[in-house]
Amino acid sequence: MEYSWEDLRAIFVMQGFAGISLFSVLLLMGLGLALIFGQMGVINMAHGEFMALGAYTVYFCSELTQSLAPSFGPYYFVIAIGLAFLGSALLGALVEWAMIRHLYHRPLDTLLATWGLSLILQQTYRSIFGAREVTPELPGWLMGSFSVSDTIDIPINGVFVLGLAIAVTCGVLLFMFRTPFGLRLRATVQNRKMSGAVGINTEKVDRLAFAIGCGIAGIAGAAFTTIGSTGPDSGSRYIVDAFLVVVFGGAASLFGSVVSAFGIAQAQSILEFFLEGTMGKVATLFFIVVVLMFRPQGLFPGKVRSN
Amino acid sequence: MFKTLFKNRGEWIAFLATIILLAVILPLVMPIFRLNLIGKYLTYGFVAVGLVLLWGRCGVLSLGQGVFFGLGGYCMAMFLKLEASDPESTAIQSTPGIPDFMDWNQLTELPAFWVPFKSFPFTVLAVIAVPTLVAFVIGWALFQRRVGGVYFAIITQAIALILSLGIDGNQGWTGGRNGITDLRTLLGWDIRSESAQYILYFVNLILLFGCVLVSKYVTNTRIGRVLVAIRDREDRVRFSGYNVAVMRAVTFAIAAMFAGIGGAMFVLQVGFMSPSLIGIVPSIEMVIFCAVGGRLSVIGAVFGAIIVNLGKTTFSEASPELWLYLMGGTFIAVVMFFPKGLAGLMEKLFSLKAVKAGFASLGSKMKGLVSKSDAKAEEETSSTTPLETPTTNSGK
Repeated sequence: MEYSWEDLRAIFVMQGFAGISLFSVLLLMGLGLALIFGQMGVINMAHGEFMALGAYTVYFCSELTQSLAPSFGPYYFVIAIGLAFLGSALLGALVEWAMIRHLYHRPLDTLLATWGLSLILQQTYRSIFGAREVTPELPGWLMGSFSVSDTIDIPINGVFVLGLAIAVTCGVLLFMFRTPFGLRLRATVQNRKMSGAVGINTEKVDRLAFAIGCGIAGIAGAAFTTIGSTGPDSGSRYIVDAFLVVVFGGAASLFGSVVSAFGIAQAQSILEFFLEGTMGKVATLFFIVVVLMFRPQGLFPGKVRSN
Repeated sequence: MFKTLFKNRGEWIAFLATIILLAVILPLVMPIFRLNLIGKYLTYGFVAVGLVLLWGRCGVLSLGQGVFFGLGGYCMAMFLKLEASDPESTAIQSTPGIPDFMDWNQLTELPAFWVPFKSFPFTVLAVIAVPTLVAFVIGWALFQRRVGGVYFAIITQAIALILSLGIDGNQGWTGGRNGITDLRTLLGWDIRSESAQYILYFVNLILLFGCVLVSKYVTNTRIGRVLVAIRDREDRVRFSGYNVAVMRAVTFAIAAMFAGIGGAMFVLQVGFMSPSLIGIVPSIEMVIFCAVGGRLSVIGAVFGAIIVNLGKTTFSEASPELWLYLMGGTFIAVVMFFPKGLAGLMEKLFSLKAVKAGFASLGSKMKGLVSKSDAKAEEETSSTTPLETPTTNSGK
């Protein structure tokens, strides 16, 4: 098939906008993981399930609003995002307390234990919400699209999700680099013993960091509801991509996660147009794996020595 | 040789007991249908045995063993499929003589990479060589650049996803999501007949114990001790002049070879291969078999594969919901409370028994000696199995 330059430009723009929604979800997933995995070295295989928890929280709020206060419909979504964050963060803190903190010195084992957790959570969602995918009733202001030109429409939900992702990213960066807690977290990551010696409660730092990482996954779930429907295994579909975002970007670098999330999302959605079916995803993943074989430290290696 | 393979009488007894159970008792008491299922579970035992070597001994966790299981399995399945698609039995197709799914996908000739699989010797070679070489290349590239630990796990997981999606997406070449099905004969021999299933069960068993012995040999010679040293203090081994990357890559390749043989035996006993058997979830389940059985014990790994699969079949028939809770819960419990798995539990159980028996038979006069040797044995196991690898955070 031959494409003219005009066609190609239109394809790139359209698929690019489709990729932006994916980018936002991947970015939010990746940010949470970058905190948990990049900073703390814990592989949280249940991260996708924390995302699904956020999505189900939004669905639950939507159902509640529908039945109790329909007039509240247009506004509930904003509150639901907050609840999604809180819900996932609380569960995250609980999991850290019960499980993760016993496994910090065995990083590979956190992977296996959290995989067990993800099985349990998935089945819990299936028992509560059913195996079918659910979609919350989205407020009217999220629907529709702006028309930029005759051929290009920008969907509002995509813009909203992008805005949300950018806001959360800025929030995390501010939090990490401009607050006392962020300072303590970075200190703990760099040298745990020394941080403890100067009076930082490293256990508390770990718990809060894990909770915040999970909370961000919850926001990712809330964002996800605007672009797709949620099922018990929705989260697990994104888990490999999310890990690759973090590894490809450079595990210790939040900025790297942003860049690689963008690259992976755009490559996938643009390639999906040219290659049939899932081959766009295969090509993207293959490219990343090959790059990682030659450059295992990722695109933007952190300044912290890993060993 | 014998001393190298079995460090103490306990290991030898466990090995013998396993052979008697699997090769004598089960075939006598089980109907062939059940025995065939056990045979299927044992093919996962190959993967688990490889993981003991790779993960338990060498400290490298691969979440992509399904890839090698799949490569071995697909090699065998391609041969069987070509045999099943001779021109006579596929005469109704628009292109007779090619596998049915190719015909459905409007392929008119066999893709070039399928052609060598018409030869049985080539297939046997490929079953062993393809997974081994792929693993060696991947392992070499990554270990050379000192990728290890969690990064290796994530990259191998991504490879598992790539392979399963890639097979899924190329229906004409690979059979797609349905996989390669309808495999009936091996060199004209009906592999679905009862006698064939018995024979395949025993062939499977012999190969599996071959792999068990190979990994026991590797574990108990000097190589095995270097592997453990790499797991526990990689930099010191490197400073001592060993090529850590090569040793890891070779271990990875051996584990992959076992997995490939397992995949081929799976195809022979079950009669099909599909991408759903080799993706992310099955690959992690293979790690679960190994962890439940005991990541340091090859015999444990074999039992882990049987027990987890038996549980899966039994429970998922009765109540699938309960099974996932149980499996998740078991897994968390194993990781948190029994990191040495079933084998660790058995070891504890038997060493207690042995101590008691020792007290009874030897009397109070020998008491000191028994507890001394016991303490020595304890020390030995703990020194070779520090699961809680000291982290090197101080260097950060």
